[in-house]
Amino acid sequence: MVFPKGKLIAIMGLSGCGKTTLLRHIGGALKPTKGCVKVGGQVVHELDQDGLYAMRRKMGMLFQFGALFTDMSVYDNVAFQMREHTDLPEEIIHDLVLMKLHAVGLRGTHHLMPSELSGGMARRVALARTVALDPMLIMYDEPFAGLDPISMTVVGDLIRSLNDALGATSIIVTHDIQESLKIVDYVYFMANGVIDAEGTPDEIRAADKEFVHQFVHGEMDGPVPFHYPGGEYRQDLDLKG
Amino acid sequence: MERTTIDLWVGIFVVGGAAALVMLAMKVGNLGTYNVSETYQIHAYFSNIGGLKPKASIKSAGVLVGRVTDITLDTGRYEAKVVMSLDKRYQFPTDTFANILTSGLLGEQYIGLVPGGDEEVLKNGEQLKMTQSAVVLEDLIGKFLYSKADEPAK
Amino acid sequence: MPAVKAIKGIGHRTVNAVWRIGVATRFFLLTLTHSGSGFRRFHLIVKELFSTGVMSLIIIIVAGLFVGMVLGLQGYETLKRYGSESALGSMVALSLVRELGPVVAALLFASRAGSAMTAEIGLMRATEQISAMEMMAVNPIARIVAPRFWAGVISMPLLAAMFSAVGVFGGYLVGVVQIGVDEGSFWSQMQAAVDFREDILNGVLKSFVFGIVVTVIALFEGYDAPPTAEGVSGATTRTVVTSSLAILMLDFVLTAIMFRGN
Repeated sequence: MVFPKGKLIAIMGLSGCGKTTLLRHIGGALKPTKGCVKVGGQVVHELDQDGLYAMRRKMGMLFQFGALFTDMSVYDNVAFQMREHTDLPEEIIHDLVLMKLHAVGLRGTHHLMPSELSGGMARRVALARTVALDPMLIMYDEPFAGLDPISMTVVGDLIRSLNDALGATSIIVTHDIQESLKIVDYVYFMANGVIDAEGTPDEIRAADKEFVHQFVHGEMDGPVPFHYPGGEYRQDLDLKG
Repeated sequence: MERTTIDLWVGIFVVGGAAALVMLAMKVGNLGTYNVSETYQIHAYFSNIGGLKPKASIKSAGVLVGRVTDITLDTGRYEAKVVMSLDKRYQFPTDTFANILTSGLLGEQYIGLVPGGDEEVLKNGEQLKMTQSAVVLEDLIGKFLYSKADEPAK
Repeated sequence: MPAVKAIKGIGHRTVNAVWRIGVATRFFLLTLTHSGSGFRRFHLIVKELFSTGVMSLIIIIVAGLFVGMVLGLQGYETLKRYGSESALGSMVALSLVRELGPVVAALLFASRAGSAMTAEIGLMRATEQISAMEMMAVNPIARIVAPRFWAGVISMPLLAAMFSAVGVFGGYLVGVVQIGVDEGSFWSQMQAAVDFREDILNGVLKSFVFGIVVTVIALFEGYDAPPTAEGVSGATTRTVVTSSLAILMLDFVLTAIMFRGN
């Protein structure tokens, strides 16, 4: 798998096929048992703690449900990385935070606590926090999970526009096909921990491969069976004759 | 909550805790009465100190004038050597009498000083010669029983 | 073979317990080594002092007052039999300063502040806030755990001192004001019996040790909690149970070391 600079790439697949695991490998939270992950030419799992932290400063990650710090206000959440990693004076941080919040359309919420936000708004704040330090690689773990259709479109558009504005590389892990096919440049399909199919959104829509077809169109039965493998039905019910 | 409000409350908390410690030390503990003034030390020998312990109070006419600092057994004369530190403000004649007394029937034991009539006063490091040992309750009862037994039957 | 099974169970639990103690110790050492940044930004500790110390104030003061009042009442009833009511002050003060102050304050602290700490950090883990912080190249031990640890260690002796002070006052209220023990002998006997180094400083030392133990247990349980609702609630329960047991057992050990031979 290659994620070229400046592109927006989606990784799709069934629940449990290893998408989130992949992101954790990129972020260095897990060590691969075989193979390796290179970011900007560096092998992630060979870095020491300091090297890993230095690399992570150039990454941003949006977690499944935003993972905003619940004990801080929206403002402090976005300002968090600036305060931790830079010595910028508070006035500049103030301006930067408001700019980031403005970019996601939530400048007016800076004094609120995360618990006072709706799910869609929290996701957008988390997005602003993710891009707070202008990362070169942004990872999204299920950015659309649990959102209403309007918020979904808003978040999708924001992901696209932020990626283009920053010139960054974005990786979206998702199983929301329709929304992500609209915004991404390239798609990888994963099944059982390996790449099953890849291509641009148009190629994917037109694909005749059975698995991809079932996934894109959401059909109930296909290569992925409805029934979990089990014993003979009649036997399980103890029928005779 | 506002940062300043938090700072205020934490300030109150820390000051309150420190005040509680000081209150414990001064009002509950003996720091308030113990090391406040300069002291001088004298010592005395007792043939029996009973239950006297270090830091027991030393009183004269009921007023606290010092504390027992050290108790050892002098193996030269097999008597208890009691070192006392007394408040510099209180001077006692050299022929002062030291008793080991008990406050109440079962209370703490303390040393009572009864001043004599000498012109000279005790100085730091000097010895108080006239002492009376602790009244040991068992001895007292024993004596009482013997004296009863010795009485001629009527 | 139920016997073999039972022995296997005991063995399994023992191995588990030892393993957890080891992990917790490593966690404690990590917290200590990452404490530097916390002291550089002291406002983080101040913020935690608020949520651990200040929020425990009310319960500590109310509990201290009532414990002191009960001591006054019970102590008076007992001492009256021996005709030494005047020793009430020293009895109340010694019980509080040596034992009840540090121990009861620590027990209350464990159930008030310790459980809250565990739940908060467990929830941070469950909602991926800790992973998010790691991904932002900020060490969560330094940023989340260390400030809470120091806040707990600072709060505990202060709370215990307040508990004892308020308790003595409660004993005074019942003993002197209500029952009518002589005020002078109440205080003078107390001052004669309570030694600053021997009793008060040892009490403070005890509460300091309890503060370390309770906070480390609470933080570790939270940090180590499985990221689910049951995981967090189980961890919260474990915090209260484990730290209460640890307080009482350590109290015995510390008392044996400190006050033996007196």
